[in-house]
Amino acid sequence: MNRTLRYGKMSFSPVPPRMTEHAILAVSNLRKSYGNGDARMTVVDGVSFNLRRGECYGLLGPNGAGKTTTLRLCLGLTEPDGGEIRLVGRPIPAEARAARMRVGVVPQGDNLDPDFTVAENLLVFGRYFGMEDATIEARIPKLLEFANLAAKKDARISELSGGMKRRLTLARALVNDPDIIFMDEPTTGLDPQARHMIWDRLKTLLAEGKTIVLTTHFMDEAERLCDRLAVIDHGRLIAEGNPRDLIAQHIEAEVIEVYGDNALVWGESVGRAAAARMEVSGETVFCYVDDAQPLLATLSNVPGVRYLHRPANLEDLFLKLTGREMRD
Amino acid sequence: MARLYAPPAFSLRFVPIWRRNFLVWRKLAGPSLLGNIAEPLITLIAFGYGLGSLLQQIDGVPYIEYLASGAICMSVMMAASFESLYSAFSRMHVQKTWEALLNAPLGLDDVVLAEMLWAATKAIVSGVAILGVILALGIGHHPQAVLVLPILFLIGMTFASLGLIMNALARSYDFFTYYFTLLLTPMIFVSGIYYPTAQLPDWLQSLAHIMPLGAAVNLVRPLLLGGWPADPWADLAVLVAYCAAAFYMATIVTRRRLLK
Repeated sequence: MNRTLRYGKMSFSPVPPRMTEHAILAVSNLRKSYGNGDARMTVVDGVSFNLRRGECYGLLGPNGAGKTTTLRLCLGLTEPDGGEIRLVGRPIPAEARAARMRVGVVPQGDNLDPDFTVAENLLVFGRYFGMEDATIEARIPKLLEFANLAAKKDARISELSGGMKRRLTLARALVNDPDIIFMDEPTTGLDPQARHMIWDRLKTLLAEGKTIVLTTHFMDEAERLCDRLAVIDHGRLIAEGNPRDLIAQHIEAEVIEVYGDNALVWGESVGRAAAARMEVSGETVFCYVDDAQPLLATLSNVPGVRYLHRPANLEDLFLKLTGREMRD
Repeated sequence: MARLYAPPAFSLRFVPIWRRNFLVWRKLAGPSLLGNIAEPLITLIAFGYGLGSLLQQIDGVPYIEYLASGAICMSVMMAASFESLYSAFSRMHVQKTWEALLNAPLGLDDVVLAEMLWAATKAIVSGVAILGVILALGIGHHPQAVLVLPILFLIGMTFASLGLIMNALARSYDFFTYYFTLLLTPMIFVSGIYYPTAQLPDWLQSLAHIMPLGAAVNLVRPLLLGGWPADPWADLAVLVAYCAAAFYMATIVTRRRLLK
């Protein structure tokens, strides 16, 4: 499948930006705090967003920004302090159980049943949806094929690699043929081959018309998969939109990363004045510019520096919006 | 907050969760059943014949019969407790099985109900195995012995519910040692399993009367020895009260732990 095809399908029935009734997931002014007194911490602080059917929507944010709590609230696993959620047309948390009939969840950590085989994991999970054994049994070969696990049907979970476990968790989330799939960091801890395989499967699901909401730390993943994304920090939604549009809107088009012994000296004496914006992180100077040619021309003659010229990407946007300090 | 204290939701949604636990158990049923039979067999023979040869009769029955008719309650209590503590904790906290259940269209109340009934099921399996051993030893060949089965299930439900309270409060497996050594073991000694409660000081006897294990022994022992409980409704009321109160409490503390 390709992305233009999907946008084509979207434009067939144009969706106004704030059409709550038809949004598959509509969240407005969501709030959640934990703790009491001085220890009270606001984790989600007035978040609103609407998911269109068939899109992939990313929630990005540093650790502790409130992404996982937002997902838990959307699934009705915890009670909000304020705000409204509608998931597949049902109010959450009031009708969360009924809503989850149409939902698949890929949690952050694998919670497959270690006592069961691959196929038994799918069978037992299907029963939780009230499905007949025969219906689930009929679906299992398709799910295993999708997850590229057909040969591992009778394997125990301990025999699977990390990538296989993730794929099985994804297949398990599809046992009820959901309309919308929640994924909390679907590729964290996977090697590059395994990540690419997961991405490929997610694209297949999007092509089938499924809606996906995912959280991730990987900017390449978000840029590659998401039609739209939201950057969340300190419980607030600080930017939302198509990845390319957001980059164009918030930051300069090009980046020159300058490093080497002389980089910091060059940065303070020349770079800061010449670039539209400059940031220093460790030994590296980041110069953000709309036109890189003048700077590149001067850099080629500077001794003791090396540099990399590239287009601005989502990581630049993310770091600009959320800062370069460590979050723990 | 209203939802935190709402009465437990009862529905048949517990069935697939119960079946999940049953499927795990079935894979290991052989060794598990062997343990269920071997453990009481060894204990009854060792204590019954060893101590019994010195004691001969207690309350007019041979010691092995006295012991067997009480020990079955203790074994059912232990089976329910182990399942609702260690096994439930590993499903809730270590394997995150509960997390997976809650991502499906199931509620936490369904999970708590399923775990309670599953632990009671394991307890009754253990109870039936011991009953088999007792019958094989020539004890309990009376028609009313069949009445102990529903009572054993109620005992299982009661201690499963009490165990699930501890499960929801536990930070690690170590916590359960306190429950066993500070609550269950002393209860065994005041509930007339090994010796009649008449030996105890008055205040301990009255305490024993309102203990769930004491009530259980008062009901089960006479039925297995061919008689009838002296005060069945009072003892049943004690068990049902513990079961209902503990299950409600288990539901609340589990909600408080997991639905934050």
